[in-house]
Amino acid sequence: MKYIKEFRDPKLAQKMLNDIWHNTKKDITIMEVCGTHTMSILKNGIRDLLPPNINLISGPGCPVCVTPQWYIDTAIALSERDNVIITTFGDMIKVPGKSSSLKLEMALGRDIRIVISPLDALEMAKQNPKKEVVFLGIGFETTAPIIALSIYKAKNENIKNFSILQSIKTMPNVMKEVVKDPQVNIDGFLCPGHVSAIIGVKPFEFLSEELNTPAVIAGFEYCDIIAAIYYLVDMANKEKYEVKNIYNRIVKYEGNEKATAMMNKVFVLSNSEWRGLGNIKDTGFKMKEAYKNYDVKSKIDIKIIPSPIPKDCLCGEILKGIKKPTQCKLFSKVCNPSNPIGACMISQEGTCGAYYKYKIR
Amino acid sequence: MEIITLSHGSGGKTTHKLIENLFYKNFKNDILLQKNDSSILQKMNGKVAVTTDSFVIKPIFFLGGDIGKLSICGTINDLAVSGAKPMYITVGFIIEEGLEIGILEKIVMSMAKMAKQANVKVIAGDTKVVEKGSVDKIFINTTGIGLIEDRQLYLCANNIQEGDKVIISGSLGDHGMCIMSQREELGLDANIKSDCNLLNTLIKDILNTSKNIRIMRDPTRGGLATTLNEIIAHSNRSIVLNEKDIFIKEEVMSMCQMLGFDPLYVANEGKVVVIVSKDDANKVLDTMRGDPLGKNATIIGEIIDDNKNRVYLKTDIGGTRILNMHDGELLPRIC
Repeated sequence: MKYIKEFRDPKLAQKMLNDIWHNTKKDITIMEVCGTHTMSILKNGIRDLLPPNINLISGPGCPVCVTPQWYIDTAIALSERDNVIITTFGDMIKVPGKSSSLKLEMALGRDIRIVISPLDALEMAKQNPKKEVVFLGIGFETTAPIIALSIYKAKNENIKNFSILQSIKTMPNVMKEVVKDPQVNIDGFLCPGHVSAIIGVKPFEFLSEELNTPAVIAGFEYCDIIAAIYYLVDMANKEKYEVKNIYNRIVKYEGNEKATAMMNKVFVLSNSEWRGLGNIKDTGFKMKEAYKNYDVKSKIDIKIIPSPIPKDCLCGEILKGIKKPTQCKLFSKVCNPSNPIGACMISQEGTCGAYYKYKIR
Repeated sequence: MEIITLSHGSGGKTTHKLIENLFYKNFKNDILLQKNDSSILQKMNGKVAVTTDSFVIKPIFFLGGDIGKLSICGTINDLAVSGAKPMYITVGFIIEEGLEIGILEKIVMSMAKMAKQANVKVIAGDTKVVEKGSVDKIFINTTGIGLIEDRQLYLCANNIQEGDKVIISGSLGDHGMCIMSQREELGLDANIKSDCNLLNTLIKDILNTSKNIRIMRDPTRGGLATTLNEIIAHSNRSIVLNEKDIFIKEEVMSMCQMLGFDPLYVANEGKVVVIVSKDDANKVLDTMRGDPLGKNATIIGEIIDDNKNRVYLKTDIGGTRILNMHDGELLPRIC
């Protein structure tokens, strides 16, 4: 893999950090909305190196964390059927449902398999023609194209025992929702690099144009992130609002047209439920009419009983950056990686899990 | 194609044939060939070290090794890091019926080769065969017995002092990422070789170089971060590592980035971490670099006195993060 070392240059990072210290004149809150950014900030210890008046907060960018509890409960209910194979990305299996998790169900002998692509799940469907292979379709624009492709291929190849439990989300509209919340005060966004690689720059331009919030699209190495903070500080100082793309080694202005075409072929915008944030207009994808047979809900009659978030769990406020995990009564004492109450604690990219792991106070 | 059936584990004629033609043939030595219910050892002159481990790896053959090699190396390395000279090993097999005898033979030959290389005798063994689906192909347990000739030698975390140096014998994460990349179901195409190897010679040389080795460990499951947390847990001291000095191969780093793993938490099977006095650190480092298995050895950190029992990592750019004990299994992430 190229482009790792080039963006890990301690001298360059130090120079940019010096400039940030020199230029930061007022309190600045920056929100990142991609779990990989959250992890990179923590892994590299970037927080420690910034002036105290820069506040980095994490938004709803971790696909596992934003998945509502009923979704896990539905997946568990499906796994209890004899003729179903559940296929999923790895992070999902530890997420707690109301009274179990996919990991526990796996230990009880349910057929739940970890895959790294829905195309592998499609392959499994071909090999197990008597079973319904259900893929847990979560994620953002990052996973949406490949999930769309798997559905498209299933239809083209006339594979009928493959379906998706759908909860794919789209990023830009939820960012709008977060900025509009009067409790949230964001001076700049670190835009999600992976999502931008797919949808390009344009879908984020409303941030600067409509909401006067500067944004930088950046990669994931420490020089990428420090450079993004440098530009956000600069734009906040100058009250200059634009969306800057400094990840142009990967992100093109128009995005990845092939990938978006595939998404648009199969999916259409829909409302979507976010853990802790509720049902938000136009923040999800559903299958178009021509593909609706690949939605598991159209095939298997499953009763989804919405279950509320456990009492005292502050997922919603934490996902919006209003509260920090350490302000949650359950944090660390009741809720920890061995006994997670919310998804934010168990996901590798979840804010609570990260605070716990790196002992941030 | 000959396969293992339940009768190979029944204790009857078929079992005996397997023992004679495969196990005795490959492992033969005076003690094993006593052919009794238990093997009788001569009195050992020194303290005796004992360790046991079970191996359940998937796939059973991987780039750089196989379950047989791993089951010998793993146990011998555990003896060696305790300061013991590996002497004897016992092997127990639990085999799924249907396994090709040819595959079992390959595994046994690989075990025999490693035992010979380490000058260790296989002195007892057991074979059980279970129904299809009860285990995944083959599980192996090995128990090792070693001799600590130097009666003064006692390597433990209590010996650790402020200023001591932490040395690692080479790159991290090779074994874990090799195994992950070769799991069929993940369908990844990478060329990462496991570091599975015997460390007893390297460790003997380390002990001959310095009398101030505080503790040694092989950072297997849970990787370097977990091992160092285990070491430091009962010492009232902390470890500070320097990220820039830790060697991770580019292909391992790429795979970790792709799957969302931290190489410091990924298993190694041929690396040793040594904590040694500040004064002897360079001497030990030179010795390690003189051995092919230690040619990439580096000093990666030191012990500080802060009463917190923590492992800190100073990142490339001078930030600090805490490396906690790992919790749960490593899972490939979403995006």
